[in-house]
Amino acid sequence: MGLCPFNKKGVKKSLLSRLSFDIKKKLDTVFHLFFFIMAFITVVVTFLIVFALILDAIKFFTHEEAGGFPKSLIRFFTETQWTPTFFNKQIGIWPLVCGTFLIAVIAGVISIPLGLLIAAYLSEFASFKTREFIKPWLDFMEAVPTVVYGYFALLVVTPILQKFFSLFGIEMEGMNALSPGIVIGFMILPFTASMVEDAFRGVPAYLREASYALGADKVTTFFKVVLPAARSGVLAAYLLGISRALGETMVVAVAAGMYPNLTFNPLEPVQTITGYIVQVALGDLPFNSFEYLSIFAAGMFLFILNLFFNLLAVHFKSKVKGY
Amino acid sequence: MREKTFSALGLILSLISILFLFSITISLLIHGWSRLISPSFYASFPSRFPEQAGILSAWVGTVYVMLGAIFWSVLIGVPAGIYLEEYADRSSKIARIIEANISNLAAVPSIIYGLLALGIFVYRFNLGESILTAGLTLGLLMVPVIVVTTRESIRRIPRSIREAAYALGATKWETLFHHIIPYSLGGILTGVIISISRAIGETAPLITIGALTYIAFLPPAPWQDFIGMLKSPFTVLPIQMFNWVSRPQAEFHTNAAAAGFVLLVFALAFNALAFYLRYKLRKKYAW
Repeated sequence: MGLCPFNKKGVKKSLLSRLSFDIKKKLDTVFHLFFFIMAFITVVVTFLIVFALILDAIKFFTHEEAGGFPKSLIRFFTETQWTPTFFNKQIGIWPLVCGTFLIAVIAGVISIPLGLLIAAYLSEFASFKTREFIKPWLDFMEAVPTVVYGYFALLVVTPILQKFFSLFGIEMEGMNALSPGIVIGFMILPFTASMVEDAFRGVPAYLREASYALGADKVTTFFKVVLPAARSGVLAAYLLGISRALGETMVVAVAAGMYPNLTFNPLEPVQTITGYIVQVALGDLPFNSFEYLSIFAAGMFLFILNLFFNLLAVHFKSKVKGY
Repeated sequence: MREKTFSALGLILSLISILFLFSITISLLIHGWSRLISPSFYASFPSRFPEQAGILSAWVGTVYVMLGAIFWSVLIGVPAGIYLEEYADRSSKIARIIEANISNLAAVPSIIYGLLALGIFVYRFNLGESILTAGLTLGLLMVPVIVVTTRESIRRIPRSIREAAYALGATKWETLFHHIIPYSLGGILTGVIISISRAIGETAPLITIGALTYIAFLPPAPWQDFIGMLKSPFTVLPIQMFNWVSRPQAEFHTNAAAAGFVLLVFALAFNALAFYLRYKLRKKYAW
């Protein structure tokens, strides 16, 4: 097989190659500039995101309905209800934050242990063939649209949970935090598992071999050698997984309810920051109205939360030892 | 013995997560079956009557929006990847900023892109709640994946190819267009297809820019009125499905299941295509 997959004649006869060397050199600068501009646009996108969020969040906090600048910020962090769309406007962010974290924690409870075990299995125990069989299916899971996961949470998982809890005489509402939390846990599982697996694979073979040489079996080696050696990478993977769960939108918009609720009870309906943004965006909002601005304030808070977790993940990743 | 137990546990858990995927697919198929087999489902507009409602405007909208998204993401993502791999000086500050920025963009929740689109594209650039805005938004969402795969496939090309080209007097862009890009095209294509499979089900950013859920007309055909098509309001499959799921009547849930199945088939088909391409490429280029 030749290395060159296209015909050489086409290249020789192309018009461009007959250009004089001078023009060719100038074209070099042009293309360099073009590639650089396209790469730089990605930075511009980040700036535009921050700009969009900050600009409208400032308008929100200086809006008279929020009570003017310093007061609005105090209300934002001290009030216990989030009702910018009601007549009586309260703008305490905590109910939304609470719902967001409640669901992220449930998702974490599912995906952290399962992700660890699956990753350990795939990297340490599974044969090459089983691994090659399982990996593509995990990839497929990542491609399932989130709204489909939402459908599944609302119409399949919730009824099952309701039946299960009614066995114990516990009433569970049709909208609740538990069902989307569980579904999101499974949804981010392929992502966490593959990141954790990468961390395990980064541990060099000689560490394992040294452990085997001392008479340890594979399980002991995994828990005593591989896991401690990979802990920064594992932690980074979990932080990225949680940050995904925080920003997940459609599953919670479908199955968690539309009621900002300051509760830690997973059987009650809750609203997340993302769920609130969807709820408000579904109604047609006039530009610059208080409700319109409130989704940018909420979105800004989510962006900061997310950035915090991502930067923490980057920090732990940078601590991964290169053996 | 312990090893076997642990291994079996790992295998069972992996299979459970795969089972999760199967149960989603099967529940969509069972619930949506009565609509999936009716041809009118694919050829009619949404309606107040669940048994008459269809996904015509939704899948047409999805096709237009995705074409736009592919255009923008390839236009930005591929050159950005080429820049970082072929031009950028690793130690330069700007290259490191761009690199860190792209990995950060990949982790930004999609709904934040929706707020970007709403605040900037819709109201400040005055692009409106249109197919153009939707394509641009999803395109930006796809960029990080495309940059990463472009870089990976370029990195696999050995240095000797470049040096051979330079030795024959080729300029940098000639080397790029005659060698680097053609050889990495397969890998880039795989990346584009994977990002399509992710973006096709993206709902949140399109809800925030105001995709309508009830559209009883098709956008003008691009070969007749290109600008009109770009400016046309739209709906897409995932939004149509979301609309049906959030209604209380169970009949609409049947429609939602059917729409979800169609969506799932598209997403998984693209994913499988990428998987197949990657497998083929691994065989083709063994340097």
